[in-house]
Amino acid sequence: MDALIDPTLLTRIAFYFFSALSIVAALFVVVHRNPIVSAVALVMTFLGVAGLYLTLGATFLTAVQILVYAGAIMVLFLFVIMLLNLEKDPFEEPHVPRLLGAGLAIALLFGLVAVLGGTVAVGTSIRSGSAEEIGKIFFGEYIFPFEMASLLLLVAMIGVIVVARRSDGKEAL
Amino acid sequence: MSPTLAVQTSPFVDYVGIAPYLLLVVGMIVVLMVLPLLLAKTTRHRVKDEAYECGLPPQGTAKQRFSVHFYMVAVLFILFDIEAVFLFPWATSVQELGPIGFSGAVVFVAVLGLGLAYAWRKRVLDWN
Repeated sequence: MDALIDPTLLTRIAFYFFSALSIVAALFVVVHRNPIVSAVALVMTFLGVAGLYLTLGATFLTAVQILVYAGAIMVLFLFVIMLLNLEKDPFEEPHVPRLLGAGLAIALLFGLVAVLGGTVAVGTSIRSGSAEEIGKIFFGEYIFPFEMASLLLLVAMIGVIVVARRSDGKEAL
Repeated sequence: MSPTLAVQTSPFVDYVGIAPYLLLVVGMIVVLMVLPLLLAKTTRHRVKDEAYECGLPPQGTAKQRFSVHFYMVAVLFILFDIEAVFLFPWATSVQELGPIGFSGAVVFVAVLGLGLAYAWRKRVLDWN
């Protein structure tokens, strides 16, 4: 294998491919008028990010990204779109919030580049990202944040039930 | 590849075999979408442009609001899905983790069990 193609070069090519895929798909998410098309473009963004995880060697995270984000989270987004009233075109509203959002996004980008830029070379991975390694890290160094994650999930569960159900047991909508 | 190395070449090379498969899939889709455009005779009429609804005439608009119950079930599904995702790394390393790892997982599942009990009690899982 390594006699044919330099693995670092291969990883580098994959990195730029998946980056381009994510960015182009993300632009579609923002620019397209139809929210369903935006949601499907978001799936492509998730897949691109999954590819980036793979180039970093985080294999477990890659699988989880596809299963949870491109699968489950996407279903949730589609439900939210269907729960909202789509008859009204939201793009007729004033442009000031959009400009503000764009400005904040650009500021965030520059902030992230300033903080993270040049810290990790393309095509390298810091740690092995297999499920086994992650399990050892979760129950060793990060056992407390791991247990806190269960509380976070519990809060989300109770939250959705409280928000979506009225006290008389009937649904809010 | 040992995980003790501070910086290692990514194991990405092991996955390069997927690339021909992906190219084949995308190529197949493109060919199957482009060929009919070139070969087939296109006819348009009102019935053909309608949304297909299992052979029945479609009624109303597709942009309807759905019951919030679907959303609640979807959120609960995702949360338990994430619980399973968290348990997967534990399951692969449970033998090395020992009693601390086991009790950690028990606490994790117990906390989420409270959420399940709450959802059950509030009759969210019932569907009328």
